[in-house]
Amino acid sequence: MIDDYEDGNALAGPLSEIFTFDVTTADTRCAGCGRTGPVAGLRVYTHAPGLVARCPGCEEVVLRVVRTPTAAWLDLRGSVALRIPLAPA
Amino acid sequence: MARAAVPGRLSWRVARLTDTRAETATARTLVFDVPGWPGHLAGQHVDVRLTADDGYSTQRSYSIAAPADGDRVELTVQDVPDGEVSSYLTEGLSVGDPVEIRGPVGGWFVWRPADTAPVLLVAGGSGVVPLMAMARARRQAGSRTPFRLVYSVRTPADRYYAAELRRPDPGLDVAYVYTRAVPEGSSRPPGRLAVADLNSGGWPADFAPDCFVCGPTGFVETAADILLSLGHDARKIKTERFGPTGG
Repeated sequence: MIDDYEDGNALAGPLSEIFTFDVTTADTRCAGCGRTGPVAGLRVYTHAPGLVARCPGCEEVVLRVVRTPTAAWLDLRGSVALRIPLAPA
Repeated sequence: MARAAVPGRLSWRVARLTDTRAETATARTLVFDVPGWPGHLAGQHVDVRLTADDGYSTQRSYSIAAPADGDRVELTVQDVPDGEVSSYLTEGLSVGDPVEIRGPVGGWFVWRPADTAPVLLVAGGSGVVPLMAMARARRQAGSRTPFRLVYSVRTPADRYYAAELRRPDPGLDVAYVYTRAVPEGSSRPPGRLAVADLNSGGWPADFAPDCFVCGPTGFVETAADILLSLGHDARKIKTERFGPTGG
């Protein structure tokens, strides 16, 4: 069912294996429509193999992550940029 | 394959069950001791992993139900019919038994005691768990930030934390929305969350409250749409949907 999705918050655990910062608090710009918003606000579909995060504006796939026993595949082609909040340098 | 944990990345920790409490006929609060727990913010969740003797492993996400308190981590788990993880956690796990926990994760759907904007919590069913962590964190910190909780459940028997939410907690207002059966004397007929519920149980949009909505996907969608129609800023509405995967 296309309406069965979770928020980008659900990516926090799986992505914590890959990144040392909390990616869900970063802002992402959608390659499809240019919408900018927190990764936590994406729509995450868990029925696909792995996790598929879509833009809440245009439904373009922004991010995909698939975990195998020995590796993680991270596909960010739907994301123009990630803006990651950092402490002042 | 064994691999040393990379500093900064999260790794799995062994947690042991120390206590359990029944919240409803089908939901239990589980209290774990997690040595070396780094602490967490109200609203964050953890991943719980179970591994069988034959190596089969499966994991689920659960919201943390109480604010940081040393090595103590409290989860409230709803037993989902045919849910292999929830059934094991609520029925198969005994005090002293281990599970693996990874977290805390999720830095977006969180409330910090230093935040001063009024807060509206909108809960659908077991979506009350991370919101209860926020209400408890407020009390633990002695915060004077005003909170309102609008809590939608099917019947009075489905309320989590009923006794605790009945006790007066100055600055926390609680309103229930019953969808199937109402308590005696209730003036609101049973029905799904509607504009009037969030209009009277929430804050005016002028107060610029931080709104946290948690529940099943359809409920969250409805609640967020109502808040937008009442004039709340989309950036002030944070949502956490439960997927269909539960279990």
